[in-house]
Amino acid sequence: MRKPPAGLLFALPAVAWIGLFFLIPVLVMAGYSLHPLNDSGAPGPLSLADYAAFFAEPAYVQALIDSVITTLVVTLASTLLAYPFAWCIACVVPKRYQRIALIAAILPFWTSYVVRSYAWLLALSPVGAVNKVLLALHVVSHPLMFAYNPQATEFGFVHFFLMLNTLTIYASLVQINPRYELAARDLGASALRGFLTITLPLSIPGVAVGAFLTIVLCIGDYVTPQILGGFRELLLPQLIMMQIQRQLDLPMASAMSLLLTVLVALAYLALQRWLRIARL
Amino acid sequence: MVSRLRARISHRLAAASVAVLASAALSLPARAAGTLNVLTWCDHEDPSLLQPFEAANGVKVNFKDIGSTADALAILGQSKPGDWDVIVMDETDTGRLERMGLLAPLEKADYPFATIPAAIANPKLTSVDGTLYTVPEKFGYNTVAFNTTAVSPAAMDDIQAAWDPKYKGRVAVYDYYVPEIQYAAIALGMNPDTITPADFPALKAKLLALKANAAMVGDVTTVQQALTTGAVDILVGGGEWVTAGIQTDSPNLTYTIPKQGGIRWQQGLGIFAASKDKPLGVKFIQYILSPAGQAKLATSSCYWGMPANTEAALTPAQKTDLRWDDQPGYIKDSFPYLQMTPALDKQLQALWAEVMQGK
Repeated sequence: MRKPPAGLLFALPAVAWIGLFFLIPVLVMAGYSLHPLNDSGAPGPLSLADYAAFFAEPAYVQALIDSVITTLVVTLASTLLAYPFAWCIACVVPKRYQRIALIAAILPFWTSYVVRSYAWLLALSPVGAVNKVLLALHVVSHPLMFAYNPQATEFGFVHFFLMLNTLTIYASLVQINPRYELAARDLGASALRGFLTITLPLSIPGVAVGAFLTIVLCIGDYVTPQILGGFRELLLPQLIMMQIQRQLDLPMASAMSLLLTVLVALAYLALQRWLRIARL
Repeated sequence: MVSRLRARISHRLAAASVAVLASAALSLPARAAGTLNVLTWCDHEDPSLLQPFEAANGVKVNFKDIGSTADALAILGQSKPGDWDVIVMDETDTGRLERMGLLAPLEKADYPFATIPAAIANPKLTSVDGTLYTVPEKFGYNTVAFNTTAVSPAAMDDIQAAWDPKYKGRVAVYDYYVPEIQYAAIALGMNPDTITPADFPALKAKLLALKANAAMVGDVTTVQQALTTGAVDILVGGGEWVTAGIQTDSPNLTYTIPKQGGIRWQQGLGIFAASKDKPLGVKFIQYILSPAGQAKLATSSCYWGMPANTEAALTPAQKTDLRWDDQPGYIKDSFPYLQMTPALDKQLQALWAEVMQGK
């Protein structure tokens, strides 16, 4: 009888971890979602009724679409802003100051996520600091509505995920051997071409990991849209909370949560070619 | 006000019910002799409220904070029968919990119903098929709160004021769909007690118009923050729970019930059918309904509200802040929360989602 390969044994703790804290919870959630509540509030027989009800309600489908759009906008914006920031830290800032620059970059993480969202609300609200400055400078004659809309939600998200993306992209950039780009320059490539053909492609794993983490965290977030969004649109996590807060409708909440999980899985499939977390 | 009002101090935004579910297994009460286990809202947790009862009865009140009936159900689902004795709940859920077999019948004679206004003691809220299951303890209003330095109190007497383009961008809307939908029903001249799906198109249009006129829709903490900081001047769904406790600091914030009417929230106490110490539960309810207990509950550090018992031992200043003398008129002009089947509740929730997604 063949012995199991040693690698499999080493993988067992990780497999057990994933099984206990991911696969089993997802299966339990799937089980819940297939037993919609009956009129007395108890789980009914096996049925896809909650999934059907979800797709039959245009507002629910719109919440799903809005969640995807918001996530894409946030992912794109935070990646585009984080890349030059990370590049400056990795390639422009002298090595001995890079640690200080990174600490400065992650300082906002030291504040609670909820507190940070409320802080943005205080800054962006009609009576907030931003409007006060604009009014004092006579740039505007009346307060502008920066808060309580989807853009405020996206702004709050981007502030948070900018830091996350900066770290993953920086980690990728510092691993690139600078001689590659120098060799390209020696062979006559311009600085821009050297960056575009050498540095950028080699840093894509860091970009992909940052983008994937942004998608995972953003699409399931409830706090930021709840505080900054002003319910101008409803995102799926807010809808999930609505199912739980009033009726404790765990089957419907589970069905919605599984749809979010499917979206995250699709994002993983789209990015898996570049996802090399071990390299970070 | 139901769920999120009780959450105002801790503003348990994201984690709310999910956290309850996750921690439920760890939160089972230590069932010990001389312990009363209570599922309660934040307004019952002041030591000054609980200590006199504990001292008088030689017991310890072991409470678990909940934000809604759904939270309570989540905890009960993780507990053994008899783990919990008393529940503080929105009385609109009395029938729901009784149908689930969770509540014990109560003796009306054990409680001071003679000094509770008839509308508050309404059997529709407290009883099922003539049997009493919950005792009303506190109530208040989801009407309109506003900043008197920015808007005219006389204008706020008309329920249509929140829809007036004059106040565009100066209105906040509390995000609990039941009272907001009922409030829109009143504004449309409907009876908010008898909403049916046939009324939904008109209600949706009215609520969309309100949303278009509003700066934001938000939970308790967000709308209260918006009103107190001056980001908005009018809060639809607001009431004494926003303004009464901050009269000293913000005397410019007040509330009214429009001449067309408003919505009244009401919370009550029930004893679990599986409780192992029902007599102690009865004593607890009697204490909370006593003049001293009612005064402390009404002026809780978490949120203020009108005591159900008209003999509550409040100071004249507290009575002024609570508009004691106006209550008979306010009660007459307000409607209790809709009595809903789970199916109607889901339909209302879907309607609210459509309004939130609507442009």
